Amino acid sequence: MSYETIIGLEVHVELKTNSKIFCSCSTEFGAPANTHTCPICLGHPGVLPVLNRQAVDFAMKASMALNCDIAERTKFDRKNYFYPDNPKAYQISQFDEPIGENGWIDIEVNGEKKRIGITRLHLEEDAGKLTHLEGEGHSLVDYNRVGTPLVEIVSEPDIRTPEEAYAYLEKLKAIMQYTEVSDCKMEEGSLRCDANISIRPVGQEKFGTKAELKNLNSFTHVQKGLEYEETRQREEVENGGEILQETRRWDEQAKKTILMRVKEGSDDYRYFPDPDLVNLYIDKEWKERVEATIPELPDARKDRYMKKYDLPAYDAGVLTQQKAMSDFFEQGLALGGPAKPLSNWLMGEVNAYLNQHDKDIQDVPLTPKALVDMIALIEKGTISSKIAKQVFKELIENGGEAEAIVEEKGLVQISDEGAVRSMVNDALDQNEQSVEDYKNGKGKAIGFLVGQVMKASKGKANPQLVNELLKEEIDKR
Amino acid sequence: MERITEEQIRHVAELARLELKDEEIRHFGEQLDKIIDAAQQLNELDTENIAPTSHVLDVRNVLRDDEVKPSLPREEALKNAPDQQDGQIRVPSILE
Repeated sequence: MSYETIIGLEVHVELKTNSKIFCSCSTEFGAPANTHTCPICLGHPGVLPVLNRQAVDFAMKASMALNCDIAERTKFDRKNYFYPDNPKAYQISQFDEPIGENGWIDIEVNGEKKRIGITRLHLEEDAGKLTHLEGEGHSLVDYNRVGTPLVEIVSEPDIRTPEEAYAYLEKLKAIMQYTEVSDCKMEEGSLRCDANISIRPVGQEKFGTKAELKNLNSFTHVQKGLEYEETRQREEVENGGEILQETRRWDEQAKKTILMRVKEGSDDYRYFPDPDLVNLYIDKEWKERVEATIPELPDARKDRYMKKYDLPAYDAGVLTQQKAMSDFFEQGLALGGPAKPLSNWLMGEVNAYLNQHDKDIQDVPLTPKALVDMIALIEKGTISSKIAKQVFKELIENGGEAEAIVEEKGLVQISDEGAVRSMVNDALDQNEQSVEDYKNGKGKAIGFLVGQVMKASKGKANPQLVNELLKEEIDKR
Repeated sequence: MERITEEQIRHVAELARLELKDEEIRHFGEQLDKIIDAAQQLNELDTENIAPTSHVLDVRNVLRDDEVKPSLPREEALKNAPDQQDGQIRVPSILE
């Protein structure tokens, strides 16, 4: 029997406000434990939360960028649960009247476009951070993060493959970064993802029982966890077993999902409207004010790069995946850099370096100006593209100006015909056998000879000139 | 009138992390029935054309600006925590 996989994702994104959602404590990441708390976020009796206007603006902006309808009236509810990460024993969230509903984003997998629905986006407060002390039966609690504003973004169960899940997350993250509502750093927990996955026989309408995946620390883990789970559920069903409603976590070491608990019945959070917070009405003016702050989003930028600069769809997609990369490209263009070579360097050498060192473009000293200057030096013939790689390495590792590095290191290309001809003749004198081979029709021998000249010139000889003069000089012999 | 069941009381007690003896379940069951009866009186009203109330005050959009103000000093914040370690609150491990 063939099965179909159904995936839905729940993504939590921390909003980039300065202060918490219901009190004035700082949301700074990495402060000493329990130094950003007050009676409100610690849940002391008799205090009153007051909603942060900026958090609402950000949630509206995110909703709009995800093509959601914005609620005209919304409210906050208490979600009741006991766990030490939450001193109030309830989380302030939104139950049945979220800020945003019925949105969508477009993703692309293997060149195919697909629209994924967004069920809802709601505002809520984050919980504290627990550190479990291995083998001691105790945990430590840091309440700095309690009350940091979050949006929870719930997708429709429209995702059919782990690859689509990955593409959805990449797109969602890009939109959150472009709108600047969050920095989306998974390693700091400012973007977190849970995945629901089930399978059903192709043609069956009813969804199968789903498993919930947690502890997905990177988009790659999401994809790997879902791939594993897809196979596990299929095998379970094919072996006559039953899929239980379980919470499982991805174990990166073991490369598998591990059962955390079996869910019996649905959670009973006893939501009710928070009497401490009054209703929120969002009028047309407010919506327009927020709408005006939405910048050009990744899909629009991608289209523009393809139309205006004639970049291939793939290239335009890679360049716009991260706002910082796209901004770098734009700054390069503004400095007069040529689009295609600039794009090639960013997609090739720059991305290779960033991936290898696990860095983002804003973490390296390379500036748009230095890259544009370097490309100009190549186009003018001042340096060869081979030498450019040396210059590039210096620029991306240590920064500086392209021209200064070329001068300082004596990397200017040798295009003087007399000098190159003399190097060519030296190489021919020293490699008579190769000359002979070439004359006997072994075309490859020319490559060896070019290599010898380049080596002798420490890579500085103009390669086209070397080729030209080599042929001339061999013909003379 | 429908009575609250023993099972419902156990469920509510479990959610509130209360451990109840059998006689307490009977005792609270009677009390809860009376409370529910009192609340049932509201059903006598015709609410057909009335929107559900989610807040009793006719006040809307109470918001503050996104400004950071000083937090409590850590010693102050942890004053009520019975067990501490390295500036954090120490609690028994609860594996979710």
